[in-house]
Amino acid sequence: MFGYYFNLALRSFRRNRALTALMVLAIALGIGASVTTLTVFRVLSGDPIPQKSDQLYYVRMDPATMDGFTPGEDPDEQMTRFDAEALLREARGDRQALMSAGSVAVEPDAEGLAPFVLQARYTSADFFAMFDTPFRHGSGWQRGDDESRARVAVISRAMAERLFGDTDPTGRSLRMGRTDFRVVGVLDHWRPTPRFYDMSSGEFTESEDVYLPFSTSRDLRLPTQGNMNCWAEPTGEEGSTGPDAPCTWMQYWVELDTPAKAATYRAYLDNYTSQQRAAGRFERPDNNALTPVMAWLEEREVVPSDVRLQVWLAFGFLAVCLLNTVGLLLAKFMRRGGEIGVRRALGASRRSIFMQCLVEAGTVGLAGGALGMLLALLGLWAVRRQPADYAELARMDPTMLLVTFAMAIAASLLAGVLPAWRAMQVTPAIQLKSQ
Amino acid sequence: MELRPILSTLSRHKTAAALIVFEIALSCAIVCNALFLIAGRLERIDRPTGADEQHVVTVQARGLARDENANALTQTDLAALRAIPGVANATISVQMPFGNSNWNSSVRMTAEQRGETMSVSNYIADEHLIDTLGLKLVAGRNFTRDEVGDFGRMRTEGKVHFPAVILGQATADRLFPAGDALGKGLYIWGEEPSRVIGIVERLAKPNDFGSAASYEESVILPGQVPYSSGAYLVRVQDPSQRQAVLEQAQKALLAQGPTRIVDAEQARTLESMRDRYYRQDRAMAWMLVAVIVALLVVTALGIVGLASFWVQQRSRQIGIRRALGATRGQILRYFQTENFLLATIGIAIGMLLAYALNQLLMQRYELPRLPLFYLPIGAVALWLLGQIAVYGPARRAALVPPAVATRGA
Repeated sequence: MFGYYFNLALRSFRRNRALTALMVLAIALGIGASVTTLTVFRVLSGDPIPQKSDQLYYVRMDPATMDGFTPGEDPDEQMTRFDAEALLREARGDRQALMSAGSVAVEPDAEGLAPFVLQARYTSADFFAMFDTPFRHGSGWQRGDDESRARVAVISRAMAERLFGDTDPTGRSLRMGRTDFRVVGVLDHWRPTPRFYDMSSGEFTESEDVYLPFSTSRDLRLPTQGNMNCWAEPTGEEGSTGPDAPCTWMQYWVELDTPAKAATYRAYLDNYTSQQRAAGRFERPDNNALTPVMAWLEEREVVPSDVRLQVWLAFGFLAVCLLNTVGLLLAKFMRRGGEIGVRRALGASRRSIFMQCLVEAGTVGLAGGALGMLLALLGLWAVRRQPADYAELARMDPTMLLVTFAMAIAASLLAGVLPAWRAMQVTPAIQLKSQ
Repeated sequence: MELRPILSTLSRHKTAAALIVFEIALSCAIVCNALFLIAGRLERIDRPTGADEQHVVTVQARGLARDENANALTQTDLAALRAIPGVANATISVQMPFGNSNWNSSVRMTAEQRGETMSVSNYIADEHLIDTLGLKLVAGRNFTRDEVGDFGRMRTEGKVHFPAVILGQATADRLFPAGDALGKGLYIWGEEPSRVIGIVERLAKPNDFGSAASYEESVILPGQVPYSSGAYLVRVQDPSQRQAVLEQAQKALLAQGPTRIVDAEQARTLESMRDRYYRQDRAMAWMLVAVIVALLVVTALGIVGLASFWVQQRSRQIGIRRALGATRGQILRYFQTENFLLATIGIAIGMLLAYALNQLLMQRYELPRLPLFYLPIGAVALWLLGQIAVYGPARRAALVPPAVATRGA
């Protein structure tokens, strides 16, 4: 029966080309816009590290003085160097890393290449294992390298190719900040989206090109970058990046395999801050946070409000397109009142009329979905040309492809229900008489 | 024109009429809000920074490693920049309009105060900043040379203090609503007060950090910034010389030493930075325009489709009216009036929907309330759209010959 109805639907399309084209176009436009914005939304709200996002926790505490203290406020977004280093030293998690953004001046060995400045990440040994970074050559450095302030570096694949060409650069020397570093590893392409480990300088920017031990970066006084919040004048030769500076500017992540370990770690943090308060370093009451990746992304409201607004707009647009399709389907089915009347008079049940109309509506949806997918591809192409950090990530994937067709067919069936209902109410007698 | 026959016909096609009404209502609601969002973006894009953007370019220098002699080198750099033909003035600042860097600090009114009165954005620069950016000093005076300290050294010594401060008007208004800011002391950096010596008409923050209302809340603090912590700002005499000056400036900075990096990408005009800064707002505005156009087209096509169906369905009725003496013009007007009625109901519902939608946007995106004048704009647009869309089918109806009345439909 379905095949027969499908065949009838195609015949009916041929009879009413303009009207059918209008319906297909309306569904296609609505679906195209919705799928485009949904794809962007999905890319931006996705899990950047799905295999272990529930085992990685962002650590925060409230180390400032009582000045400007408001009870109930969130803890500071970043950590002081003192606390980050203390937690790293005590190493109570399965893995842990402190980190900060920085920049280094690179002096290439090759002839004709002028020195240039690179974005860097200063971190500690567990960073690579914790975030499952893919390696093309070599590996990360060891904990001992952190302690000995070793001159070692991991670089990105792009940087390796720029500086060393196609050869494996591990073991080779790279001059940065007037110091020779030994390249121990080359990352393969790695771009977690959002860049969850440090979102203070943009949520969707690319990962850094060079990674150095944090201890080494302080030893060499390499320039740091990113947000810094100080509540008192830093003293000491290193200023605001000094070991005791009253400034928050570091990110701290800990890996905890089980919820039980997370609970233990939470207690450990509370214990740590109580001790700091007892020692007179902290003034505020305990306000520690141990936030898993996805909760942290949500708290930071990573998805830009423009993108959320676009999703709303697209669905509003889809609603108008659907209303339009309902009207056109209604017109189309009512116009066929005579034909339906004859079929009813010949014994077709209301149910079969209803089914026939729905199949026709669904077929419109199928065609609309196909065209809508092309429009969505076009829309995503337009998004990729937009001036946003995330633009190049907006691509169709198999899931969204399925979603497109499911949405188009569901939408057209929904639009078809009312007209089909009206069509099956056609009374055979009246229609036959008016013929 | 008699409305009664139209209404009685419509009442026999309730579903189709309701669909048109709803479609118009939804379009009206979305179009009004989208127009409002576009206006918001345009207003944002047009915000002035207070700087004379057409005349300012920027260039940055970095060293290969930490430079103990940075301040001396910075002063030589500035002298070299000022010596370039076509350059009116030059300075260096820790931050600039549309830049990435944003220095903020809290302001206290007394030494004993706990907590801050407000947070302001800090332009730390020497006495040439006002002239270089082309800021308008509306009260008080500029910094004198001896008020400008060595910021790099103050920081390494851990004792930063600025004896004087120049406020942006917005900051002055918020701190001193009575308008008596000049001569007062503020606690901005360190434990010693900074005296307010001047007010500039406007100086925006580098970027939208904090609430939209605080965009102009910044201050200028007197300090010689080492080249490694800031960017050079150069004022050109004639905007057409900007590119030439930028090229010369990069050469001049490179010539100062073999250990310097001058990134060509960081050598830009302030105008191009403004352009880049608002790219996304412009893209969003264009997207909203596209949504409005697509919505109106889809709505129009829907009206055309349903109206054509109606005309076809009623062709016999039309024929009878023509046979009874109705003119073509009357038939045409009949369908136009019918559409006008439907559009009016749709627009009325649409306005309520527009406000409901705006309420939702206000809650979720902290948008302001939809001003009333957007409603007539949306209404007129949809009335016009309806009339244009219905014209084709209505004309076809008017062309139905009276003889149709005698045929059996």
